[in-house]
Amino acid sequence: MHELSIAMSIVEVAQEEAQLRGVRVNAVHLKLGALSGVTKVALLSCYEIACDDTPLQGSRLIIEDVPVEIFCAQCGERRLLDSVQLFCCAECGQPASQIVHGKELEVVAMEVQ
Amino acid sequence: MSPEPRLVEVRQNVLKQNDLVARALRVQFRAAGVFVVSLVSSPGSGKTAFLEKTLTLLRSRFRVAALVGDLATENDAVRLARSQAPVRQIVTGTLCHLEAAMVRDALGDWDLEQLDFLFIENVGNLVCPSSYDLGEDLRLVLLAVTEGEDKPLKYPTIFNSADVAIISKSDLADAVEFDWSSARYNIQSVRPGMRVFELSAKTGDGVDRYLDFLAERLAESRATAAV
Repeated sequence: MHELSIAMSIVEVAQEEAQLRGVRVNAVHLKLGALSGVTKVALLSCYEIACDDTPLQGSRLIIEDVPVEIFCAQCGERRLLDSVQLFCCAECGQPASQIVHGKELEVVAMEVQ
Repeated sequence: MSPEPRLVEVRQNVLKQNDLVARALRVQFRAAGVFVVSLVSSPGSGKTAFLEKTLTLLRSRFRVAALVGDLATENDAVRLARSQAPVRQIVTGTLCHLEAAMVRDALGDWDLEQLDFLFIENVGNLVCPSSYDLGEDLRLVLLAVTEGEDKPLKYPTIFNSADVAIISKSDLADAVEFDWSSARYNIQSVRPGMRVFELSAKTGDGVDRYLDFLAERLAESRATAAV
């Protein structure tokens, strides 16, 4: 369970960005890949704890789930995976190990005022 | 009156602090010519026995050292010291994984130029270590035959963060009726093309092929660094 340290890093990143801009943060938008190794539900509850006694107290964490997308060398196309248990092209069935998306753990935007 | 709420774009990797330290470590390792291998697995899959065997056998041909992470105790460092290689313990307290800064701090004054291989044994955990880059050249994930063939399907993320899979405790395979073809299939299913070594640290069976592979990777790494 490392979601608390991840949540604390999110708060840290958001605080830095807010300070640079001289704003107050209402919400943090996060991209969370299916292969990031982080669980959404646990992260949401840890976020509240991580915000306590910081300028971000009371802010919301808005998570956008990012599914795994692979590049199929056979088709020359990007494809979404049907299952993280089966890394192969959903169209042609070829095994595919080149991951294009799905490892994201990224603050992409903030609602501020 | 407070200003109107608005949306600003940010784009920051949450683990950027760790990634920066890991990147600096990688540069340092490359400059010193040391090849760094990390190990991840669930608790009890035989990481320490595997590492002890690795250190003992590699020592005759290479200069080796190890860092070993655990929540508590220095037992693993004591065990690994039997290999006569320099070993340092990282006690993480309650933290369930190693981070790049812990590796940097544990290295301290070690002269990396005096090493060919540095091994980093992560805390026994198949979830949390997957998110953290430690600056290693190669990440091994261990799966003991006693854990069952479907571990890769249950933990696809860690298998995807690793470069090589080791199926360990092969001497116990018959006793637990381990299904080799199903295990191999499951690994390829979550990580197509993954290199797999099947071995027993206890009997030494299969260990030579894996050690030769490490030696090749060290040579390749130094050849590309020299270009």
